[in-house]
This record gives sequence, structure tokens and C-alpha cells, in this order.
Amino acid sequence: MSLDPATVRRIARLARIRLDEAEVPQLAQELNGILGWIEQLNEVDVAGVAPLTGGAQMALKMRADIVTDGDMHEAVLANAPERAGDYFVVPKVVE
Amino acid sequence: MTYTIEGATGPWEVVIGLEVHAQVISNAKLFSGAATTFGAAPNRQVSFVDAAFPGMLPVINRECVAQAVRTGLGLNAGINLVSRFDRKNYFYADLPAGYQISQYQHPIVGTGTIAIELADGSTRDIGITRLHLEQDAGKSLHDQHPTKSYIDLNRAGVALMEIVSEPDLRSPEEAGAYLRKLRTILRYLGTCDGNMDEGSMRADVNVSVRRAGEGFRTRCEVKNVNSIRFVIQAVEAEARRQIEVWESGGTVEQETRLYDPARGETRSMRSKEEAHDYRYFPDPDLLPLVLDEAWVAALRRDLPELPDAKRARFMRDFGLPAYDAGVLVAEQATADYYEHVARGRDARLAANWVIGDLFAALNRTGRSIATSPVSAAALGGLLDLMADGTINGRIAKDVFEAMVDTGADAATIVEQRGLRQVTDGGAIEAAVAGVLANNADKVAEYKAGKDKLFGFFVGQVMKAMAGKGNPALVNATLRRRLDGG
Repeated sequence: MSLDPATVRRIARLARIRLDEAEVPQLAQELNGILGWIEQLNEVDVAGVAPLTGGAQMALKMRADIVTDGDMHEAVLANAPERAGDYFVVPKVVE
Repeated sequence: MTYTIEGATGPWEVVIGLEVHAQVISNAKLFSGAATTFGAAPNRQVSFVDAAFPGMLPVINRECVAQAVRTGLGLNAGINLVSRFDRKNYFYADLPAGYQISQYQHPIVGTGTIAIELADGSTRDIGITRLHLEQDAGKSLHDQHPTKSYIDLNRAGVALMEIVSEPDLRSPEEAGAYLRKLRTILRYLGTCDGNMDEGSMRADVNVSVRRAGEGFRTRCEVKNVNSIRFVIQAVEAEARRQIEVWESGGTVEQETRLYDPARGETRSMRSKEEAHDYRYFPDPDLLPLVLDEAWVAALRRDLPELPDAKRARFMRDFGLPAYDAGVLVAEQATADYYEHVARGRDARLAANWVIGDLFAALNRTGRSIATSPVSAAALGGLLDLMADGTINGRIAKDVFEAMVDTGADAATIVEQRGLRQVTDGGAIEAAVAGVLANNADKVAEYKAGKDKLFGFFVGQVMKAMAGKGNPALVNATLRRRLDGG
């Protein structure tokens, strides 16, 4: 598998990373190196092996349906870049 | 008969699939301990998990899982004892983590069915593809400032069930019937309140059109339609648009659109073009969700009687027609009210009173069945007074209106207003004699063969008796005086 410059630009855009055009060939090469390394894993025969979802052989822990958190809007809003009343404020994003 | 829309070049069929987002009823959120109640002041019900502060870890709420399982069971669906959570990545200001925790490849609930009821009384099974659990996003307010959006994260992290149907629906009306039925089931189960105007149930509508006998053509998704009426309108508007595109030689592109109710048309959401690449991957913060078979079985045992079963029981035990039974079970509160009135009484008469007089009174007074001015016990009391002959059916209507207005019970109103039925033969005899004497001309016409006048005489006698005459005795007396020897 080989990434072309257009795909690199698209991945960067989806991740909201701004790229200079000059960076694209270099990044394409680096990403291709990583993909090539991962492709080696295809050589391992995993027929009949269930996918491993984590290092711990245990199921998800669950908690009771009790309100134990919240009611701390000052703390939640403390790092807001901008606020109005008790709202976060961001540049307008609307359809 | 298949629903079609007539285009310039002939009829087109419409194919619809619905994705419904139903907010789970729970005290706390899906992965945090913050509260879920609607309408709190902004950002009060937000934990550091919901606001995606660095290092915070999600812990799943058992009740939200139980609600999803109950819903799956109520949709006759298979429960997957092992499911998994994935991250769905996109950037939006009301999604602080930059991803939504959802279930992509391994949902908690698999295929099921919903039986929808159509206008002609028939039912049709609509396939359910899957149900999965995911987080809701926060709320953006765009109308508070000319260049800024305000964000409230109270809703962020509340549990949602996304319920996906097969593309089995074939008309706007079927889409409406599906949503109504789904909402009824969710309300019976107590897993979602189904309030579309508060946003706790929202629908994405997938629409395509085709010629009879064809396979599926390209579909478009109309996002976030927030009432059943708008779903019906959006399906029709979007189908008409696609027909125009195909008929003018164009090609429908798969895209996300919005319905604009003011203009009655859909428009493209261009900004979503890139967003469809969500780059799902398993959430490394969450282990697989593994359910115990016995726990699922216990949830199944505790399910309430669901609308289809209740409807069948009402038809069987109370002898109700399918339509009446369907109306009565549409809301659980109505079904409970009806059962209370019907128990030990004339069940069909009880159904007529609930569907007719009671519903009309609720409509007129703007009340719901839960706040009805006439309780089930009180309506039952009224029916008892009719059954034992204390009042006649005509007076019962007046007594009922008085019950609605005053909140008093039927027996009190009958006593206070002297509405007891008159069964005294002498009083009826006298009223009949008076009416016949005052209408000698009509009596002559009747005897000359104008049978229809009998109703006139009954009406006059009842009027003379202020409506309180026993109808059977009034009829018999008139018959005897007019027809008999």
C-alpha cells in the first residue's frame, strides 16, 4: 500500500492538522514506512484466533445508575477560551 | 397497493429506512455520574468525563445497558452477549473529546421487527437492522450572538439508543406509523420518553426512489428531523426532488441533507461531505461489554405487557374491534384507564365512552389522560348508574359534561340535579297523552302511514319529561297508544 499526496492531505484535514505543501512528500514517505511495517503483520496466520481487544482478560466493569458527579460548572468552565454567562463560547459553527 | 409518486415519465416507488436516536431514561449518563434531567441551567450536569478533560476515563452505567437490552427484547431482537465500543471521530464544538463513543461493528442488539398498523387496519412487519448504544452530544445555541455559538454540555454523554430500520418502509404514512409504533413501544418499556419536541427522540430519514421491480437506487439521508409530521413531509419532499433529478437525466448523489419545514424542501449539508470518514476504531478505554445470560433472562421476565400483546388481549377478552383496541393501547395510561373502567362492566360500552366522550372532553379542556377531570373510577360510576337504570343514556351525556366541569361524581350530580330516570308508568302515560293531544295533526299523519313520525313523538315526550323518561317505557307506551288496540 502506498499513500499518494492527495490522501496525505485528506488525512491531515480530517485530523485538523495544517500542512505546508512542502511537508507533504516527506510525510507521505514516513507514513508509507509505517504502513509497510504494519503490513508485515499480514504474514502471520491468525485464522481461528479471536481478535484481542485489550491486555486484560476481563469484562467491562459497570457502575450503578446514581448521580455522583456534576454541579461544578465553574470548574468545568475554568479553562474555556471564552465564556458568556455559564456557556462556552466558540466561533459560530452553523449549517 | 403500492404507494407511488407520479413523475413526468411515470410512477415511482419510494424506499425509506429510518435511524432513530432515542435518549435512554436513566438517572446518570452513559459513562459518567452526572445527571440527565432536561432543562437544567447550562453546564450544571457536566462531569470532567463529559467535558473530556485529559486523563478522565469512562465507566459504563449498568442501567443504560439494561435499558438497551429491554428495548432490544421489546423489538423482538437478538441480544448480543458480547458487544464493543468504538470511537467515531469528528470535530464539532459540542463534542469536546473529538470523538463519540459508539458501537460500530459489534452492537448490543441485532436484528428484530416492529409490526406497524396501517390505516386500513392491516399490519406489516418492518425489519430492525440493529440497536446500539452511544453518547449524545452537547447542545449548540446559534442565535445568541452574531458571530459566536454558545455551548451547553448538559446533554453531552447522555445515553442514546440508535435504532436502525431496514429499508422496508414504502410510503410517508408507513414512516409515520413506524415512528408512532416505536414511540409507543419505548414508552411502554420505560426506556425512552419519546418526546420529540424536547429532542429525546430524533430521526434521520434515508430516502430513495425507484421504478417498480428495480433494485435500490442511491439514497440520501435527511438528518435530524424532529417531529413525525416533518418526517412525513421530508420523505415526500426528498422523493419528489430525486424523481426530478432522475427524470431530467441527472444522477442522485449520496449525501446528507436537511429538511426545511418553512420551505417544505430539503437542502444539501455541504459541510458534511468530508465528515463521513469517521475513522472508527475500538475505544482503548473500554473493555468488551459482556452480558450474563441469566441477567438478560431476568430483564426479559420483568418486561411489561407490550402494546401488541395488550391489543390482542383487549380484542379477545373485551370483544373490541381491532381499531378500538389499537386506539386504546397507543398510550399505556389510556390502556390502564380503559381497563379500570371496563373491568366488571360492559366492555364495549366502556370503550365507546373512553374513545368518544372522554377523548373529546380531554381535547376540549387541553388535558391528558393522566390529568383527566374524570377519573376512571368516576366514569365507571357513571356507567353503573346507566346499567342499574338510575339514569338513561341521553341524561348520562349531560351528567358526564357536568362531571368534566365540576369534578363531582355521577351519583352526586344525579341527586343534586334530580336527573333520575322516570320509570313511573303514570308519569310517562301522562306525558304521552299530553304530546298526542297537542299534535293531533301529526297523529293523523302517522296513522295514515307516515311511520317516520314515531321518532318525533319520542323526542317530544322526552322533551316534555326533561330527558329523564325511561326510553324503553316511553317507546312501549307510545307504541301501545299509537299502534296498539
